[in-house]
Amino acid sequence: MDLHEYQAKRRFHKFGIPVPLGKVAYTPDEAATIAQELGGLVVVKAQVFTGGRGKAGGVKLAKNPDEARTHAEAILGMDIKGHKVHKVLIDPGANIKKELYLSITNDRAARRPLLMCSAEGGMDIEEVNRTMPEKIVRIHIDPLLGLRGYQIVEVASQIDLPRHLWRQFNKICRALYECFTQSDATLCEINPLAIVEENGEEILKALDGKMSIDDNALFRQKELADERDTSAEPPEEIQAREADLSYVKLDGQIGCMVNGAGLAMATMDMTGHFGEAYGIGPANFLDIGGGAGPEKVAAALRIILADPNVKAILINIFGGITRCDDVARGLLTALDEVKTDLPLVIRLVGTNQEEGLKIIEEANLPNTQGARTLYEAAQKAVEIVREGMN
Amino acid sequence: MAILIDKDTRLLVQGITGKQGMFHTQQMIEYGTNVVGGVTPGKGGEWVLGKPVFDTVARAKEATDANCSVIYVPPPFAADAILEAIDAGIELIVCITEGIPIADMMVVRKYLDQSNSRLLGPNCPGLLTPGQSKVGIMPGFIATPGNVGVVSRSGTLTYEAVFALTERGIGQTTCVGIGGDPINGTSFIDVLEMFEADPLTEKVVLIGEIGGDGEERAAEYIQKHMTKPVVAFIAGQRAPEGRTMGHAGALIEGGSGTAAGKIAAFEKAGVRVAEYPEQIPDLLS
Repeated sequence: MDLHEYQAKRRFHKFGIPVPLGKVAYTPDEAATIAQELGGLVVVKAQVFTGGRGKAGGVKLAKNPDEARTHAEAILGMDIKGHKVHKVLIDPGANIKKELYLSITNDRAARRPLLMCSAEGGMDIEEVNRTMPEKIVRIHIDPLLGLRGYQIVEVASQIDLPRHLWRQFNKICRALYECFTQSDATLCEINPLAIVEENGEEILKALDGKMSIDDNALFRQKELADERDTSAEPPEEIQAREADLSYVKLDGQIGCMVNGAGLAMATMDMTGHFGEAYGIGPANFLDIGGGAGPEKVAAALRIILADPNVKAILINIFGGITRCDDVARGLLTALDEVKTDLPLVIRLVGTNQEEGLKIIEEANLPNTQGARTLYEAAQKAVEIVREGMN
Repeated sequence: MAILIDKDTRLLVQGITGKQGMFHTQQMIEYGTNVVGGVTPGKGGEWVLGKPVFDTVARAKEATDANCSVIYVPPPFAADAILEAIDAGIELIVCITEGIPIADMMVVRKYLDQSNSRLLGPNCPGLLTPGQSKVGIMPGFIATPGNVGVVSRSGTLTYEAVFALTERGIGQTTCVGIGGDPINGTSFIDVLEMFEADPLTEKVVLIGEIGGDGEERAAEYIQKHMTKPVVAFIAGQRAPEGRTMGHAGALIEGGSGTAAGKIAAFEKAGVRVAEYPEQIPDLLS
């Protein structure tokens, strides 16, 4: 789960990291009011889950409340890489001397958190990594020991941070690691961590913030889970999460319902394999999980049918411990509740597969075909969509 | 011969009184697995399916001399259950639980590395040595004894592949699910090493998916160290970048971990890659 910039910065602030104390506006008038309260120069920043906001015109400086209103008017409702802007953050302006980069993420291969820091802040870190990887300092953190003081000194020294800022830098690094672990984050990023001048003094401040939270840890991060912004998600994905189904929307025509993540991916791959030449592919990834009963199957069907691109449905179930005849009965119950005219290809394999297929056959479902193999099922589904195209 | 488990494996079930735990204990006993007892804190002294229940793994080990443990404990308590099994000195710990926070697994893995225990999983279907023992949730009927070793990151996709082998009369030595989480206890390479050393295993099937670099490392290992032929299958060729495909570890990040990259690595290592699971038996013969 991703947090917006304003949510991440609030969280950083809670852990003692200095951030600009701005506010969120949903309307141009609110933006003007906040700018008035803050006084002086402000920044109007689109709050969307994507990078490249600046280039897209989603970040603008405003000299006064009127300008803040005008910019907010332009930015609210803007489409940035497919993400609609519903709110803007109004932050006080800052006198920036230099921009650094600081983040903590999980290094999967090393099985440890990784702190990354660079004196080349402000720009896309992937870009820095491509063009000048030597400019990024990387320090692994032992999960049992935590981030140690000497490691922070190493980083500060390697990025040539001015000595008078070391104490602040140490505090910020420790706070960021604390925030990372306490939030079950998979990413805490400050870009830029800016050296700004305030009242004639240089200080470090987190001018931007990005956080992602481990979905598996949301059970113990209730406060963060409540902050989830669903306005940016496709409605089907919200429904799927509520029904405890793994669903990812894709842009093809074949709605897939499969048990097991690996098998669901393989099913997607096969429909794409046969359909590619005709512009046909999977409409989604959907894993209903092991031992799914009629309710889950019905919820899955509803989600698939809500996608107007879907022209055929492919159901691929491997009955392991769950028996195929039980799955077949569950399917019929679900189909009884959620009616559809779309053609179905049903493949049931594994425990009691013959009984399962017999139940499907005897139900005489209109527009339904059975398939024995994944190969055959994918081929049939593609064929049905092709026929419909002609 | 087989790897990891056989008819002499003495199994303990952590979470034996739960719905999942009880159901699969029944299935394992029916298959012939030697289940010697179970653990549920607060239920020590009870009996489930004719097996004694203990409060802690240490007590259970002392009483039953178990050498293997399988964990059906909900995610908030699973890391604790693994650590408890490590502390009790269980040799092989199999964690079925899906959804353990990654931060918990980093700590577990670190502790595991300092112990003599082996962890399989989490988020895995367990393992099965046909005709001898099964530990976990794999359906028993899909497998038959033979000479092919199977190792996989996925559940149902493994069943699919193993079932396809069995239907074609190709038996297996042991089928091992290493799990779909980004941080786990046993890697592809660990299992490949065991299959290479197992005299009965003649060929190996490896089933991978997008995310991480476990398959790429396995390809390198196969090229350098394996004499036995390996056939691979990789799921997720159509997966979009930046999205988690069901398994927490199935995620393409910053252009790395793609199916294409993994397939290329295997092909470079001389491993034949099946286009779909049902093609695996063809490539083995």
